[in-house]
Amino acid sequence: MLALFLRDIRLSVRAGGGALIGVIFFLAVIATIPFGVGPDLNLLSRIGPAILWIAALLACLLGLDRLFQADREDGSLDLLVLNSDRHMLALTVLTKCLAHWAGSVLPLVIAAPLLGLFMNMEPLGIGATAFTLLVGTPAITFIGAAGAAVAVALPRGGLLISVLVLPLTIPVLIFGVSASYGAVADPAPFLQPFLILAALTLFLAVVGPLAAALALRHGTD
Amino acid sequence: MRLIAENLGGERGGETVFSGIEFALDRGEALVVTGPNGAGKSTLLRVIAGLLPPAEGKVKVEGGGDEFPSVASASHYLGHLNAMKTALSVEENLGFWRAFQGEAGLSVGQSLETVGLDGLGHLPFGYLSTGQRRRASIAKLLVSRRPVWLLDEPTAGLDKASEERFAGLMRGHCREGGIIVAATHLPLGLEGAKTLRMGD
Repeated sequence: MLALFLRDIRLSVRAGGGALIGVIFFLAVIATIPFGVGPDLNLLSRIGPAILWIAALLACLLGLDRLFQADREDGSLDLLVLNSDRHMLALTVLTKCLAHWAGSVLPLVIAAPLLGLFMNMEPLGIGATAFTLLVGTPAITFIGAAGAAVAVALPRGGLLISVLVLPLTIPVLIFGVSASYGAVADPAPFLQPFLILAALTLFLAVVGPLAAALALRHGTD
Repeated sequence: MRLIAENLGGERGGETVFSGIEFALDRGEALVVTGPNGAGKSTLLRVIAGLLPPAEGKVKVEGGGDEFPSVASASHYLGHLNAMKTALSVEENLGFWRAFQGEAGLSVGQSLETVGLDGLGHLPFGYLSTGQRRRASIAKLLVSRRPVWLLDEPTAGLDKASEERFAGLMRGHCREGGIIVAATHLPLGLEGAKTLRMGD
């Protein structure tokens, strides 16, 4: 399993891996917002956490279609499925998800504080948003894995995955943003939405890979 | 150990490709599956490996023990695709499969030497020629031990010398008590192999 994790990390940082594409997309979205919204600094700092979360969500979805498709195209997926007696397929999927998260989504979380400055956010808000992103984005990857597994056989499945997965990520977005606001706006609570966010991640860490494994097993044609 | 297929049938997209396939292979036996294009050779191999559900009948292994309880766990599957990443070096690819598949066999260096690719292990897999890629993929059969080899057109793209070297590898595998099921329309150089002709 460690071998699989390391292989996928290596692939994501080598040429054509696409680890940076997500970050660049994230940067592009955030940099565009102030031009669209206008130079109202108060407004920007108020919508900052929500914009960061939405942009991170979209950037997460960007690379998901390659999660299994690359393995399917070169035949690796057959062997991953073939070895499912030794490594339970759901665990293989979980490992691939963690590697994908560490390789493609973690850079977004690291870039988020910097981009928070673009949105005129205060330090506490930036910290809270980055922290909720750290806890919440794995959930997006886990749901996305199920979508990616369903669409693995489709040649242009990328958009389909986004459309399939986006509605399911709404709860993650809601609790992620409300926890980020809770840290800065006084009457709103931070801990409750944050704990639900953490619970969502843990819950989806189980359900997502199981669903993806089921879809992959029936999708190997 | 025995590999047994009972009344096996396969389908692709709801259409029956073959049916009523029966064979039993003991330790050291090989089965060469021949037939015209579209006869269902590849489908048969995928059904045996468990990558496609059989339309009827079943495949099983007997006497695999705790190590190899099912056909999938006892099998190497060498398909049309090489299952190697072009961005990683040959050594990294083989090292990954060796660690992931378990039951470690030859070391990466030894297996590359066996297929005649010694000295090329540091190159990215994408730099290799078609025949070299196939040989690297064959080296994948050697880095972890599996008693059953399921080979789909294994010699596609190989030159004469590599074909002979691969025939030697297959004979060696059978001598050590392995089982081979190979789909091909080129002679593989396996003497005494059973044959199964499909599509008649």
